[in-house]
Amino acid sequence: MSNVPEELRYAKTHEWVRQEDDGTLVMGISDHAQELLGDLVYVELPEVGRTVQAREELAVVESVKAAADVYGPVTGEVVAINELLVDSPELINRDPYGEGWMVRIKPESTEEIAHLLDAAAYGALAKSEED
Amino acid sequence: MSKRTALYSWHVAAAARIVDFAGWKMPLHYGSQIDEHHCVRTAAGMFDVSHMTVLDVSGAHARGFLRYLLANDVALLEAPGRALYSCLLNEAGGILDDLIVYSLPEGRFRLVSNAATHAKVVAWITRHGAAFGIDIAKRTDLALIAVQGPLARERVLRVLDTDLRMRTSDLASFQAAWEGESLVARTGYTGEDGFEIMIPRERALDLVQALRAREVKPVGLAARDTLRLEAGLNLYGADMDESVTPLEAGLGWTVAWQPEDRDFIGREALAAQRAQGVRWKRVGLVLQAAGVMRAHQRVLTAEGGEGVVTSGGFSPTLKRSIGLARVPVTASQEQAVAEIRGRRQPISLVKPPFVRHGKPCFGAAAA
Repeated sequence: MSNVPEELRYAKTHEWVRQEDDGTLVMGISDHAQELLGDLVYVELPEVGRTVQAREELAVVESVKAAADVYGPVTGEVVAINELLVDSPELINRDPYGEGWMVRIKPESTEEIAHLLDAAAYGALAKSEED
Repeated sequence: MSKRTALYSWHVAAAARIVDFAGWKMPLHYGSQIDEHHCVRTAAGMFDVSHMTVLDVSGAHARGFLRYLLANDVALLEAPGRALYSCLLNEAGGILDDLIVYSLPEGRFRLVSNAATHAKVVAWITRHGAAFGIDIAKRTDLALIAVQGPLARERVLRVLDTDLRMRTSDLASFQAAWEGESLVARTGYTGEDGFEIMIPRERALDLVQALRAREVKPVGLAARDTLRLEAGLNLYGADMDESVTPLEAGLGWTVAWQPEDRDFIGREALAAQRAQGVRWKRVGLVLQAAGVMRAHQRVLTAEGGEGVVTSGGFSPTLKRSIGLARVPVTASQEQAVAEIRGRRQPISLVKPPFVRHGKPCFGAAAA
């Protein structure tokens, strides 16, 4: 059973989002997603300053066995990326909600955040895929 | 309903991620496939490969039948307890499967082939065997456990019974020893030293527990794939299939052309292809930059030819992406390009293996 922290919001495509005090959003991929992918070996991150639409391809994570697209959870501007992932993609496996964060986004509005899943709904989705 | 090996419950208890593979519930990994990969390169790991097809062929004409059935020649097996790698071809020279054939006492032979091709191969052998009056026994009563790595040999020897241990300790590569229904062969699919052990199902659990007590760790199918790729070994269904001949798949060395009067299935087609000139060849790929090559991506050679990645992935030993590809035989320059997710990336065309006995063969680490 994978870890689904209560305080985060989630996209159906397995990204998590945390609202920061300064109004930005930090995002990454869920514990469930990293578990399905297995050992990650390569991460392709967006340029800082890029505008991303919700559900648009934002980054790529590749494990030994597969590649997966990571989608923008909301519309906004990329204000920071986790450069450590370039040399240490395994941080996502080790700590998907902490050191394995991927992108910080300044959202266009807060409206889209409300459309994301809460922990209970995402936990149910993850569980249905694990069974 | 997927089949389960004798060790299924043991895998589950070892926290394996179980996947469906060719109709079997098999362990993909037990936590980290990269850790498991390094374990085999640096120490010893064990794989449950009991899903593979094990067939015993016997009868007065078993030898003659196999000389007709296989592209390699079982006449090269000089005594019981020898092993040979061969392709099984159709009449067009296309590869139906690849397998290891072992010579056993009393003129019997054992074939070990892929799980995914089981039904096709059994039907093919049964059909062609009829004229030779041979008997084919499916050895579903046996478990198959591969133990691989630089420390595999000494650790396996310590868990064998005295008699079998004595005979196993003298085995050279591609030789086998047996006792009763158990057979230990110095073969494998990782590029490391080690054994493949066939043992009655009911004794499999005792064996893996004894090995585990000797610090041999379980390794799943995911690491088996990266290990064989680093070793430059083809995977059936990826690097070869019925549309490809051994001459195009880097397996020309497994075709026994001598003696010239040995008729084997596919010989005529292979000879014609050889006479006309083979159009494709198998090469190894090393990606210069970060990223991962995957099967079915395009390879563009410096000569203007186009090929395809047949196996691509990440090499935990080289810490970069490697692959196998089928490219036009005209490709001679090392520099080429792979199309990875819409981007053209420089690659090197190399001769596999990428890693041999734990040592990188390419890149800065090989120097």
